[in-house]
Amino acid sequence: MSEILRRELALPPFLFDKRRHKNEALIKKRLEGTDQTMSAIMAALSSAVSWLGATLDPWCGPIGIFRLLAGNTLLACGDAGWGDEIGYGFLITASLAIATLPVGLALGFCVALGKQSSEKSLRLSSDIYTTIFRGLPELLTLFIVYYGLQIVVQQVLASVGYSGPVEINAFFAGIVALGVVFSAYCSEVLQSAFKAIPRGQYEAGDALGFSRGKTMRLIVLPQLFRIALPGLGNLWMALLKDTALVSVIGLPDILRQTGVAARVTKQAFEFFGLACILFLLLAAASSVVFSALERWAHRSEVAR
Amino acid sequence: MSATPPLPPAGAPPALDTDMPAPGVRAVQAFVSTDLLPPQPAPREEARPYTLSRLFGRVLLGVWLAVFVGLGMLIVGGFDPEKFQRYGPGYISGLGVTLGLVSTSIVLGALLSLPVALGRMSKNKVANWIAYVYVYFFRGTPVIMQLFLIYYGLGSFRPQLTEIGLWWFFREAWYCALLTFVLNTAAYQAEILRGAIESVPRGQREGAASLGLSQRVAFFKIILPQAMIVALRPYGNEIILMIKASAIVAIVTVFDLMGETRRAFSRTFDYQTYLWAAIFYLIMVEALRNLWVWLENRLTRHLKR
Repeated sequence: MSEILRRELALPPFLFDKRRHKNEALIKKRLEGTDQTMSAIMAALSSAVSWLGATLDPWCGPIGIFRLLAGNTLLACGDAGWGDEIGYGFLITASLAIATLPVGLALGFCVALGKQSSEKSLRLSSDIYTTIFRGLPELLTLFIVYYGLQIVVQQVLASVGYSGPVEINAFFAGIVALGVVFSAYCSEVLQSAFKAIPRGQYEAGDALGFSRGKTMRLIVLPQLFRIALPGLGNLWMALLKDTALVSVIGLPDILRQTGVAARVTKQAFEFFGLACILFLLLAAASSVVFSALERWAHRSEVAR
Repeated sequence: MSATPPLPPAGAPPALDTDMPAPGVRAVQAFVSTDLLPPQPAPREEARPYTLSRLFGRVLLGVWLAVFVGLGMLIVGGFDPEKFQRYGPGYISGLGVTLGLVSTSIVLGALLSLPVALGRMSKNKVANWIAYVYVYFFRGTPVIMQLFLIYYGLGSFRPQLTEIGLWWFFREAWYCALLTFVLNTAAYQAEILRGAIESVPRGQREGAASLGLSQRVAFFKIILPQAMIVALRPYGNEIILMIKASAIVAIVTVFDLMGETRRAFSRTFDYQTYLWAAIFYLIMVEALRNLWVWLENRLTRHLKR
């Protein structure tokens, strides 16, 4: 096999995705069946949202970076260049990470509570959870969740009597897989933060007559947040980097969009380099946010 | 059940007969009780209430049990000797590729991390800046993107690479993966090394200087051993992260454990191929983690009290 051909074949399979078109046709068919007025309202709403998004778009909006700087190069917006596609990928990556964060945090908090419970069975089951999901490669977790969900949904639908092809939304599978991995690490961070809070804080809550939930909400959680913040910041960075893996199951994120551009234009180095720069931008932006959060969390100590 | 009389404080004048018994028969008779209390039954064990959290824990354990039994039945029930014979050896060779890739890149990365860490700690502005940019880039971007940048990106400069005689290197996916991982882990290891060296208190260096040890001897005999103890745990984590990250080389046609898994899955569409890979990865990571716990206990036993 020639070298070039091998390399072409080696490109991720997401570049040959036919199923999407089928889906779009299905959606269109469904839309035709819905109520006329409803669809008119929805259309107006969606056009308003898309207008707002287009105006505020940092890449291809009226004051977008690509619009202002790219000119007529490969990164131009619209059909001439790849600016709008890559901007869309950036949006997908950022929204995937932001959507995963609350899922992972909530799940990780529950697992951390289980880990420091006095109940042995609860501790054991939380430990099994973290051992598994910290030990598996993220890519493998993603595949297991993606195909596993597909099998489960297919089984459920088959028991109802539907036997067509089932496709799990890549964004949803990404949220589940990354959220599970994030929560496994998050539970460790939160557990050590829980250990750093002295017993006296809980006793103070009891002395004030607070219920357990109120003690947790008013006394423990604010301190927990402050102690766990640096660890959570590291986990957020890891999460941001892990989102790139979801392109493998077909989510049009930064990596996939730049991959398509690289394949079509044969300028792989430039496009993947751009993707790296976009990720560095995301990382820099989040470190700004986290240092602001940290300042905010430690404001009482600064005043003293 | 007798109260022993309190001893008089040392050096105190002898107590009067009124409140302290003088040694003698009379005192013994007065202070030793002859009838003992009957033996009491042991206090009843306090019944632990069946709390909600215990119910919840049992339910969760049951869920785990069900999951494991279900997956086990999936593996046992769907076990196909023909598939096992066809793809089993692939898994073993894939495991070898993964381990080879990870161990090589950890060792080479450790070598490369030395100059980077020195650069990060040096007072030379240029060296410091270069090392900082290097570390920031490789820690701030996903490994998969670095891999694509090197494999597809540098691969697109084929004529130039052929001209300088490096095409044989960038042609092979395995070499590209190795280069990516070496560069990536060197950045992480440099930070580990720097943090560990800076964690050694200044007094240690000053103590060495006051003993008249040269800078070199002080570094290798005093600073580095203490830094390595601090760095041990992060190094273990880094190796585990490398094992996990190495799975992505499957996307660029390296047939490591994950690559073999994907090949087997694409031919059989059998879900248990992924479960086998999961078992292999879990065993690797857990073995390494336990080894590291043992190593840490062994190496820090002089610090235990």
